[in-house]
Amino acid sequence: MRKLLTLASALAAGFIATASAGSAQAASLTLCWAAWDPANALVELSKDFTKESGIDMKFEFVPWTSYADRFLNELNSHGKLCDLIIGDSQWIGGSAENGHYVKLNDFFDKNGIKMSDFVDATVVGYSEWPKNTPNYWSLPAFGDVVGWTYRKDWFEKPELQKEFKDKYGWDLGPPKTYDQLKQIAEFFQGREIDGKKVYGASIYTERGSEGITMGVTNVLYDYGFEYQNPQKPYDMEGFVNSADAVKGLEFYKELYKCCTPPGASNVYMGESADAFKSGQVALHMNFAFTWPGLYKDPNVGGDKIGFFPNPAGPKGHFAQLGGQGISVVAYSDHQDDALKYIQWFVKPEVQAKWWQLGGFSCLKSVVEDPNFVKSQPYAQTFLDSMAIVKDFWAEPTYAELLQAMQKRVHDYVVADQGTAKEALDALVKDWTETFKDDGKI
Amino acid sequence: MSDSSARATIADRVAAATPVPVARRIRSLGDRAIAWLFIGPTILLLLAINIFPLIWTVYLSFTNYKANRSAPIRMVGTEHYSSILSDPDIWYSMQATAHFVFWTIVLETVIGFALAWLIDRKFRGHGIWTTIILLPMMLSPAVVGNFWKFLYEPQIGLFNYAVSFLTGVDRSSFQMLGDVALAPWAIVIVDVWMWTPYVMLICLAGLRSIPDHIYEAAEVDRASPWRQFWSITLPMALPFIMLAVLFRGIENFKMFDMVNLLTGGGPGSTTEVASITLKRDAFESWKTGYSSAFAIILFVAVFGLANIYVKALNRVKQR
Repeated sequence: MRKLLTLASALAAGFIATASAGSAQAASLTLCWAAWDPANALVELSKDFTKESGIDMKFEFVPWTSYADRFLNELNSHGKLCDLIIGDSQWIGGSAENGHYVKLNDFFDKNGIKMSDFVDATVVGYSEWPKNTPNYWSLPAFGDVVGWTYRKDWFEKPELQKEFKDKYGWDLGPPKTYDQLKQIAEFFQGREIDGKKVYGASIYTERGSEGITMGVTNVLYDYGFEYQNPQKPYDMEGFVNSADAVKGLEFYKELYKCCTPPGASNVYMGESADAFKSGQVALHMNFAFTWPGLYKDPNVGGDKIGFFPNPAGPKGHFAQLGGQGISVVAYSDHQDDALKYIQWFVKPEVQAKWWQLGGFSCLKSVVEDPNFVKSQPYAQTFLDSMAIVKDFWAEPTYAELLQAMQKRVHDYVVADQGTAKEALDALVKDWTETFKDDGKI
Repeated sequence: MSDSSARATIADRVAAATPVPVARRIRSLGDRAIAWLFIGPTILLLLAINIFPLIWTVYLSFTNYKANRSAPIRMVGTEHYSSILSDPDIWYSMQATAHFVFWTIVLETVIGFALAWLIDRKFRGHGIWTTIILLPMMLSPAVVGNFWKFLYEPQIGLFNYAVSFLTGVDRSSFQMLGDVALAPWAIVIVDVWMWTPYVMLICLAGLRSIPDHIYEAAEVDRASPWRQFWSITLPMALPFIMLAVLFRGIENFKMFDMVNLLTGGGPGSTTEVASITLKRDAFESWKTGYSSAFAIILFVAVFGLANIYVKALNRVKQR
């Protein structure tokens, strides 16, 4: 009996010792983001943080199609799953006003983190709420913007160059304007190259989440679309549905009808990249995050691929902002450790490594480094694109605003319902109703 | 020991071995109370996961509640109900739902019954054919949605190849999922492909329940096969067919997964069936109060129609 008691005591002591050792090492953080290539780069990068701090990093990555659903649900239900979240730029208003994110001003002040060290557009786009005020809820984590890739090898074919010049009167090359882009797309549409039928351009047309909005806005901005009267916030009549905006929407539909591959009625990031990778299209619209992967692609990358920023339109030159900031979730039990992660992540050497691994750093010391433009073939295009960004509404009601635009634009562009003017008029009505419900009007 | 005392001992032992009624063991509880004790947990569970959410949804439908906002909840009366019933987008989605439900039920019933009738002939190898026919309904709707998306692909999809082969039209000249006129039929085709076997199974059960002697009597009376079909087969299988229609009708009224994967409600809003609209309003636009009202309207519609239908079904069975 005594032996049995001794054995039991030893086992219990061993168990307690193991458990306490476990709890001593239990410091860990969960970071939530989308499941995509940059997330894998962040996993790699974060190993250094674990090495330095002893805090274990766990990751919750969700595919883009359910990214917003999943994490907005998590935030709205005050869930504790995420300690850190890399949330979409448009979430900032709702997350700030509903108390989902920890305000970072005091933390930045205490640790000497200056927002002036980051690319201006990313600070406004990812960190500030209300916009253009020094209230920071995120640290710019991943700069992203819509841009274009093209088949450089096709563009360099002498016979195609000659034919193009004869037909359109200018040299075949990366387009500077949307009219030029359409001419190129028309030129390649249905053409046979290397024994394969190819098409003009792959553009965003997806209905379910945010695809067609993220695509059409690139054209709308350039044609003169404004979200609101600059003098009178939330006054949208004549700005969202201006004659220029109508022309922009009509142009996007023409581009979709004339120059996209068959079956391109529900295309977003993945499908668009696939169309380019499979050698179907000459031009490809996509967020910059796809560029490192496409450049490395053995079939269409390397010397065969070129990059250019969103072309200009008759009334301006803009590009749709993508990207995200990193925030500390207000419901996390590990806020101090989460802030330690941000403190580490902001270091210039970490940001430099982030860029090397495939993450698009927003830190000026990285992107303004003289060697930056030479570091990757798409680096200059990224810089040029980030200089012309404009973003969708970041209001707390952004989800409703986005869904309304998805519906109105898709109904007109893809489903041929009504006119561009009717679509934008209906959009003004939807948005006005949303802002009225929200007490903004 | 006398015989009588031995019998008494055996009787005592039998009595001792007989289990004491539960009610006598728990003397303070009556049979009714014990019955409640048994069904109580189930009822509590049902109340928690079915009835409470339903009542809560009814409550939310009269408020301005939005799940993504921390603003105080305000009662708005029947505002959501009146705006839903007068919203052209909602009626459009109800039309899309009606088109989908009507055509899937018609086609699944006709083809399902025809297949059941053929399988019931018990030809050689009918077992294998039954298994092959049943395969689609054993697949997950997510898998079906994804692979039909590939089948409908204009450039590489087998469906377009087959249509091109049979009709001579260019395979890239039409898009089943991207064309406003074709997309509603594309989702009907997939649902019919997947769920006709289910209707077939129910119809087959109906056909096999018809006693042979009725057909023998009909043959003695020199009834033609056509007459036998209309006077015996169809009337006697009708309750089963109606049951299949009920099940498929309810399921397709709620259809979400397959349509969401195939078209996401597009192009535009062409295939946006009611459940997709509901999901968008509830979890993308976060109009929780509004979408609760819509959910209640859908629930009442399905529940009401199903009740009317069940009454009709009972009348047919009593004939």
